[in-house]
Order: sequence, then structure tokens, then C-alpha cells
Amino acid sequence: MLRYVLARVVLVLPTLWAVATLIFLLVRVIPGDIVELRLVSGGAYVTREVIQQERVRLGLDKPLWAQYGDWIAGLARLDLGTSMWTGAPVSREIAIRLELSLQLALMATVVAVSLAIPLGVWAAVRRGTWADHLVQVFSVAGLATPSFWLGILLLLFLLSVFRWLPPMTFTPLWRDPVANLSQLIWPALAVGYRYSAVATRMTRSAMLEVLREDYVRTAWAKGLAERAVVLRHALRNALLPVVTVIGLEFAFLIGGLVVTEQVFNLNGVGKLFVDAIARRDYTLIQGLMLLVASAYVLVNVLLDLLYARLDPRIRYA
Amino acid sequence: MKAVHLPRRLQQLGAAALLVAVLVAASGTVGSSAPAPPRRGGSLSFIVSAEPPSFDGHRETTFAVIHPIRPHYNLLVKFDPLNYPKVVPDLAESWTVSQDGLTYTFRIRSGVRFHDGSLLTSRDIKASLDKIIFPPQGVVSARQAMYEMVESISAPSPNTVVIRLKWPSATFLEKLASPFNWIYKADILERDPRWYERNVMGTGPFRFKEYVRGSHWEGVRFENYWKPGRPYLDGYRALFISSPAAQAAALKFGQALVEFRGFAPAQRDEVVQFLGDRATVQESGWLCNILVVPNNQRKPFDDFRVRRALTLAIDRWGGSRALSQITFMGPVGGVMRPGGPFATPEAELTKLAGFGRDINAARQEARRLLREAGVPEGFEFTVKNRNVPMPYIPAGIFLVDQWRQVGLNPRHVIQETGPYLADLRAGNYDVGIDFTCDFFDDPDVQLVKFVSSDRNPLNYARYTDRLLDGLYRQQSRERNLQRRLQIVRQFERRVLSDRAYQYHLLWWQRIVPHWKKLQGYKVGPSHYLEDLEEVWLSE
Amino acid sequence: MTGRPDALAARVWLSAARPRTGGRLMRFARRYPLAVAGGGFLVLLVLAAVLAPWIAPYDPLANDYLSMFSPPSSRHWLGTDSFGRDILSRLIFGARTALLVGLSASVAGATVGALVGVASAYFGGTVDLVIQRITDILVSFPLIVLAMAMVAILGSGTANLVVAIALSFAPRAELVVRSSALQVRHTTYVEAARAIGAGPWRIILRHMLPNVLAPYLVMLTAFLGQAILLEASLSFLGLGVAEPTPAWGLMLSGAAVDFVQKAPWMAVFPGLAITLTVLAFNVLGDALRDALDPRLRV
Repeated sequence: MLRYVLARVVLVLPTLWAVATLIFLLVRVIPGDIVELRLVSGGAYVTREVIQQERVRLGLDKPLWAQYGDWIAGLARLDLGTSMWTGAPVSREIAIRLELSLQLALMATVVAVSLAIPLGVWAAVRRGTWADHLVQVFSVAGLATPSFWLGILLLLFLLSVFRWLPPMTFTPLWRDPVANLSQLIWPALAVGYRYSAVATRMTRSAMLEVLREDYVRTAWAKGLAERAVVLRHALRNALLPVVTVIGLEFAFLIGGLVVTEQVFNLNGVGKLFVDAIARRDYTLIQGLMLLVASAYVLVNVLLDLLYARLDPRIRYA
Repeated sequence: MKAVHLPRRLQQLGAAALLVAVLVAASGTVGSSAPAPPRRGGSLSFIVSAEPPSFDGHRETTFAVIHPIRPHYNLLVKFDPLNYPKVVPDLAESWTVSQDGLTYTFRIRSGVRFHDGSLLTSRDIKASLDKIIFPPQGVVSARQAMYEMVESISAPSPNTVVIRLKWPSATFLEKLASPFNWIYKADILERDPRWYERNVMGTGPFRFKEYVRGSHWEGVRFENYWKPGRPYLDGYRALFISSPAAQAAALKFGQALVEFRGFAPAQRDEVVQFLGDRATVQESGWLCNILVVPNNQRKPFDDFRVRRALTLAIDRWGGSRALSQITFMGPVGGVMRPGGPFATPEAELTKLAGFGRDINAARQEARRLLREAGVPEGFEFTVKNRNVPMPYIPAGIFLVDQWRQVGLNPRHVIQETGPYLADLRAGNYDVGIDFTCDFFDDPDVQLVKFVSSDRNPLNYARYTDRLLDGLYRQQSRERNLQRRLQIVRQFERRVLSDRAYQYHLLWWQRIVPHWKKLQGYKVGPSHYLEDLEEVWLSE
Repeated sequence: MTGRPDALAARVWLSAARPRTGGRLMRFARRYPLAVAGGGFLVLLVLAAVLAPWIAPYDPLANDYLSMFSPPSSRHWLGTDSFGRDILSRLIFGARTALLVGLSASVAGATVGALVGVASAYFGGTVDLVIQRITDILVSFPLIVLAMAMVAILGSGTANLVVAIALSFAPRAELVVRSSALQVRHTTYVEAARAIGAGPWRIILRHMLPNVLAPYLVMLTAFLGQAILLEASLSFLGLGVAEPTPAWGLMLSGAAVDFVQKAPWMAVFPGLAITLTVLAFNVLGDALRDALDPRLRV
């Protein structure tokens, strides 16, 4: 087991290097000049020499491979570079927003899981009945509803019915839990609904698979209460694909909430990404995409390890 | 006539009582009509819709740097925040101007301290102004071109600064009062002229407390501020909120008391409706406008008839009524701000092409001109615009609609600011939508946008007109106001109407709703001039 | 047909997936009522999009400054927006944009991905390895992130938008198609075909593609819904279709959010249109998947 873990973890490094290279190439293809944007967009008259000096300072005059080398060397030192727009370290820019995005992702996951598992199990157990159809419609609608539209409707609802709006600025959970939660619960609901839709469908189909298995029928034949059968045996075995889906979707929540953050005015990773792209802040865009991809890679590794733990066949493959 | 004599003691008492009664009556009337004295204390939260790209006012041009960071600094002279356009002393106590207008001598206040405790001298002022007017290698000064007339700056004594000009400039003092001309510490500038891009050290009424990116900027009262009794506020917090809906919400629920740039009418209505008499709205003209820029080097816009047709097709007066309801565009004006000291009177304005009242006649004329110039019906061209929702995109939508009504078929192309600017600069566009925003009414500042493109790279319309350049120079050196106005009118006629190089759509209207408890704040025509020194909270 | 194993296998496979007799549609309808409703909605939508200039009551671009923000009434069934434009007309014309962008982007993306996937499965070896590595990395980004990067690279405009969305979908398509193609690649009859000298094209076209067809179609319907959502998100961010072109996502941004209390119909109806359309595509896709591959049926 240990060898498998080590092997898996060691493989992450070349993967990340490949990811970083691909990201660099992708980002540098984006046309635009941050220097001109910074200095000239306000309407100021700045000479060409000054613009050139600024480019030198940002390292934009070096050939592409040299900039690539700089970046990769920095990554080896765990240094994501500095933002071309603000001059602050990229890691600091991201860290400030990551707190909010992570919390939002976690809350959305809680919402999703607490909806998906009970609903998915219920629908599988009551397959073909109105309950099943109801859950199916509910989850298919969740996939179809744009989460940002749901967010707008939520805000409309809060405004019209309660004449209240969530706080505009982020307070960390430990500093003021009430303010923090009252801000984040609404986007968590809007995002969580869609998230739960995916998880519900997977739970339902995984449960149906498992319910067909012989040993489940055996347990039933033994005369245990139906609920005990379902919950104890079937769910545990159905859990693996469900956890996979939840894990993968969670990875997408970091940075994937670009539009929701706009609607709720959240200072998160998604908003940072939008701003970074608008400003052509290459180093920041690179850092963000690396973060997002790494989250995905990490989740995959964790899921692999989980699979290995739960299914001995894989370990010795 | 027998005099009645009260006993002396009673007389005295009676006089005293009378005096007291008179005083009480007087103070009663005075007390009820005089405004409450400024109250010391409280922290002001306000909204800023964008974040500062760096902390150095000399190199930036955005209000996002002024609103949160200016309170940490002083200027040499500044615009009176409650009395635009009066220029009042700030770090300069007083000044004299020589007869020929070429030498300005400033007397610097003594006893002014930086936030780190060190004393301010003329050396700091000279170093800061040098950085702005004669920036060293590698240092960006965004307004350098405005100070071409400065020959030298010297600090002959610790509390004197002398500025010598190459030629006299009627509005030199106003130019010096630019809200971006923050006074820095000479020692720091010597050590590292770029230090101020990421750090704050000034003499202003507030010390820097913290900046959380994406969230807020905080300042606290500087206890050793040189102006006695100021600032009234204990501190301030600038909240960075970019979405207009969120801004309105923050204001409605008291999370912020004001937004210092300007709201759209819808946001104002929302806020006012919700807050009722807890809020008030201040409105004023705004030194910003939207410009329509045809590419003078590209067919068919190189033909002045086509350019003229485009401006004739725009119903500015009707558009003003409609657009002022959904955007903060509104006033109709030419090269100088309508309602400002140099504005063209309406009678003359309506004579310019596109500014007339009879839109049908104008549009007929436009169609005729287009036919003459050989532009076919349904001619397609692109209108390039920035990806900014207020007011650029509505301006674009409006213009497309207007030009469709003279048989043209414009295609609205929205780009992010970066590629948009690049295209405009490279001449890679048909018609573009541009803007100007200035900090005070001065033909030197407003007109420079329209001089030949080879003289001013910010003129994207791509034309060369030496006559215009000559007129600009003339008005800049003209010290007689009436004659200067005449030259400005000539300039305006040529740019907007006779040659129709580029023209204004509408000027903006500044709408600032705020909580009534915000006092000591008067809205002016420039959102760059916001100054927290005199601001106080009434409860 | 001759008794050649490949054709036989394909026929058996395809016929097993379909009920044999006529009345096929009726049986399908009874089994999947929701899908039929979805299909019906889509047919109406396509009709509306095609007949837009004739059935829309107003010109979607015409500004009417006297009727800004009017609530739904007999004159404007769904109300007007901040420029006085009729929302119903804009929705109908917006269907054109949605379907156009949605259809072309998903077909292009699914097809590009499918081609790469099949090629990768067929050629195997280093080619497969490299393509897989790249695809794995591309799939690790959320769709919106990838699409935004693509739009930044390509620039604005509807054509670029379609390409951007298509390219964002392609890696996911590649993964799905490749695994299906791989299943066939290693079967004995394909090996046999290779052994007797059948060229790559024949193998790909006659053996791999039929096996890939079902997942491709299912994936396509899934993409359709997602493409519409993606276009809506990008337009909402200002990176997609530009004003004044009517597009559902665009109608939801800016003024709709700012004036949501004053004129909620501006936000409600476009969002409803998006939801119903994506819903229809999803239900149809589910039913299609159930019908085409019994193994996947749940």
C-alpha cells in the first residue's frame, strides 16, 4: 500500500510540470499588453521609453523561453511569481481570495451532499414511483438552471420579501460567524443546488446498481428491516462512485464560480480570475490556472488513494 | 413729565434682565438658523468601484487611487472641496506671482509632520514636484505633459519654493492643484523613487492602517495633523465593490454611507426610495463625456461629409432625455463642460452640426450627405466600444439605433479595454467610442484631446490640422478671458462641425446619493477632487 | 449483406439497441413522456427561431424610450427592458443565437473531440500517450475557465465564441469517445481485420465509429445544454455575444441585475428560457442514452 501511495504521489510532480508548461503556453498566446493597459488606459500621455522601461521591469522583453524558465524555476522554489498588475506576490493575491472560495466550495458541498444522498437513495429505493420521478425532475432541473440566474432570483426574493440583503464584505468565519454565514449561505445554496443535481443522479444510479446485487437480495431474504439493508450494505458500496463525482465537482468549484461571484459580489478566486484576464496579468493568470488544475490533480490523487484503500484489487495492479 | 425712578438696585436688575432676555432671544434665533458645528468622531465607510493599480498618485490616472489613498497626503495647493473652483492653500501657506507671470513663490507652512514624525521642508516639496514635472529615468509621471511650461523648481530656503515658467499660463495654479500631485518625502524618493508605488508615507489627515485586496482600504486619524481640529473623522474605510447593484445595496443597508464617483439614476432612485429621509442626493455637472471618434484615415470616414452625416444623425437633445433616465449621461455640450465657466451658450451650440433641435431636418441632411458621398443604403461598419457597462455600452446601443435611422447598418463590437485601446491606437477601427475625464474646467485641459494626432497620441481620430494646433496654442497663451473664449469657440466649431473630426455624444451628470449624516461634503464637477479633510458625521 | 464479421457485429449491435417493429415512436413516447415533452418544446423553439422575423411582434433592436421598463401588458407580453425593447421579441430572436451558438459549438466540439479520440485510440503508443496527457490536463479546468481563456485568445465576436466553446468541450469529448473506441480496438475481429491488411480508415469507419456513435450522440445532447449555459455565462460576463444582439445570457446581465427589483421580468424570462431549453436537451439526452444503450439504462 505504501509503495502505491508513494508511486502515486511521486507521479504528481511531472504531471504538475506538464500542467504548468501547458498553462504557460496557453496564457502567453493571449494577446494584449498589460503595460499599455496600466499606463495608457486612463488617458494619460506616456512616452514610448517609459512603456519600454516598464516592460523590462516586468520581464516582458525577455524571449519567451527565458520567461518560461524563470517561471518554472520559481515554481520549483514554490514561488508563483509576482502579479504584473499590483506587484504583490501571486500567492498572496490568491491566498486572500482562497479563504472565501474554499469556504464557499465546502458549504456548497455540504448543501449538495445533504440533498443528494437522501434524495438519491429515496429515489432508487422507490424506483418508478412518483417519488422517483419527482427526484429525477428535481435533479434534471438543477442541471439546467444557470446557477447565476438562481442567485439573481434569490437576491430578488430576499429583497422583495424580506427587504434584506446579505453583507457586501467578507468577514472570516472565526471573526464573525453570523456575518460570514449570512453572506455565504445564499451563493452556497445557488451553487449547491446544481451540485446536488449531479450527485443525486449518481447516487441514484449507483444505488440502483448495488440494489440489483445478489448480496443485497440475500440480506433482504434474511429478513432485516428494509431500511437497514439499504443503508448499511448498499449505500456503503454505492458510495465510491458518488464520492468520485462529489470530489471531481468540488475541484471544479475552486475557480469555477466565476459568474456566481459576480452576482453576489464575492471577493473570490473566480472574480480574481476575471480581473486577471481583463488586465492581461500573465503571472496571475498562470498562477490561478495552476491552482485550479492542481486542485483537480490533487483530488484525483486522493480519490485514487481512496479507491486503493477500499478496493484491494487496484492496489496490486 | 415726572420721571419714575426705580430704586438703583432694581434698575440694575432690570437692565440685567433685559440684557439677558435680549441675549436669549438673539441666541434663540441664531441657534435655530445656524448649522450645527462639525462633530468630531466616527468612522466613514464609503464605496470605491475599482481598486488602485498602485499607490503612487503621480503615475496613476484613475479615481480608484484618489478615493482611498489621497487622504494620506497633502498637496502644495488644492481646490477648495466646498468651493470649486477656488484654489486654496494646503502645504503652501501663501504665494505671490511675479508681474510677468513667470515666477511663482510659495511660502511653505512650518511644523508639518509626516506620519513617521519627521518634519516637512521645501526640499520634500521640490523633490515631489521634480518627480512629477521632471521625472527621472524609469519613473512614470502621468501628467508630465501638462507642465511643459515649467522651467525650473527651486527651494532656496526651508520654507520657500520657487517655480519658474517658460511662458505665462493663466491657469498654472489650478494645474498645480491637480489632486494627484501628492507631496512625498524627499529622503524616501532619493533612496528609491519607486517606493511610493507600494507604500504610503505622507503628511495627510489620515494614517494608513490596512489594505485587504479585493475588500477594503482603511485609514485612521493622524493625531499630529498640522491643521488644528482636523480631521473630524476618526478614520475611514473604503470598500471595493464593483457591481452597481451591490453598491446600491451596501448604501441602502448602511454598510457604506456614500459612493464618491456617481450613481446611475436607477441606483439613486432605489437608494432614495428605500432610505427616505435618511438620505439626500447631491447632483452636479461632471467633467466627463463620451466621444464619437470616426477613423479619419479610413474610407468612407475620410470624407468629411460622411463624418458630418454621422453627427447629424444623432438626436442629442432627445437622447439626453432618455439616456439620463438609465445612465449618468445627460447634459448636451461641446468641447467645454455645459454649465461650466467656459460653456458655449445654447444659442450658439445649436448652430453646430448635430446639436440642432430639429432632428428630422438634421437626419434628412445626413441622408443627403451620405448619398452625395456615395455611401450605399444599409452600409455596414463597426462601432468599437469598451466592455464597461456604464455608460459605454448604453452609449453604443443608443448610437447604433440612431445611425440605423439614417439607413446605416452599424455593428456594435465590444472589446475588453486592452484590445480596444490597442485597436484604437493602431487605427484598426471604423468608428470608436472614447471618453474624457478631467479634474477642472480649463480649455488647455479639455481641448488638448483634439489637437493633431501627431502632437497628441491620445487623439485616436487620426487627423492633422495645423490650424487647430495654432488655435490651441493661441488660447493657451491668451490672458484676456473674452478673447480666449472666442478662440475656444472657433476651435470648437472647427472640430465638431466644420470638419467634424470627432464629436461629443453627451456629457455626464454626477449623481451622488448619500446618508444625511455625512456632512461637510459638497459634490463638484470632478470626482477626482474628493477630499476627506472637512468631512464629518452628524451622529 | 455478406456475412463478414464486422458488418454483422454492427448490425446486431445496432438492432439490439432498437425495438424492431413499427410504432417505435409510440413506444418511445410511452416510455419517456418527459423526453417527448422536451422534444416538443425543442421543436417549437426551432420553429420560433426559424420564423422569428415573422412571429416576433417587434424589432428586437428597436429602442423605444417612451416605454422603458414597462411591465408585461397586452402591448408587450413580457414587458420591456431598459431601452424600451420588447422582451418577447428579444427572447425569440435570442433563440436563434442560443441554438446557433449552442448547436455549432457542441457539434464542432464533440466532433473534433471524437476524431481526436478515435485517432488516439487507433494509433495507440506514444501518440495516444501524448494526446492523453494533454487531454487530461485540459479536462482539469472548469469549462468556464477554459472558455474564458479561449475567448481572451481569440477575441470577441460570435464566431470566436463558437470556437472558444467548441474547444472547451473537445477534451471531454475526446475522453468519452476514446474509451468507447478502445473497447472496439482490442476486439478480436478488429485485430483480425488488421491482420488481413485492412487500412486504418476502413477499421475506423466500419468498426470504431459505429461503436462510438451512441456515446457520441448522448454526449452531444449533453453538450447542447451545457453550450447554451456556457454561452449565457460568457455573455453575462461580457465576453460573449455583444449588445445589441439579442442573446439570453446577455439579457440577464447588467441592467437586468441592476433593476431587478424595479423590473424583475427582465431577469425572470431570459433565465426561464435558458432553463427550459437546457432542460429539454437534458431530458432528451437522457432518453436517448437509455434507448441507445440498454447497458447504461438506469
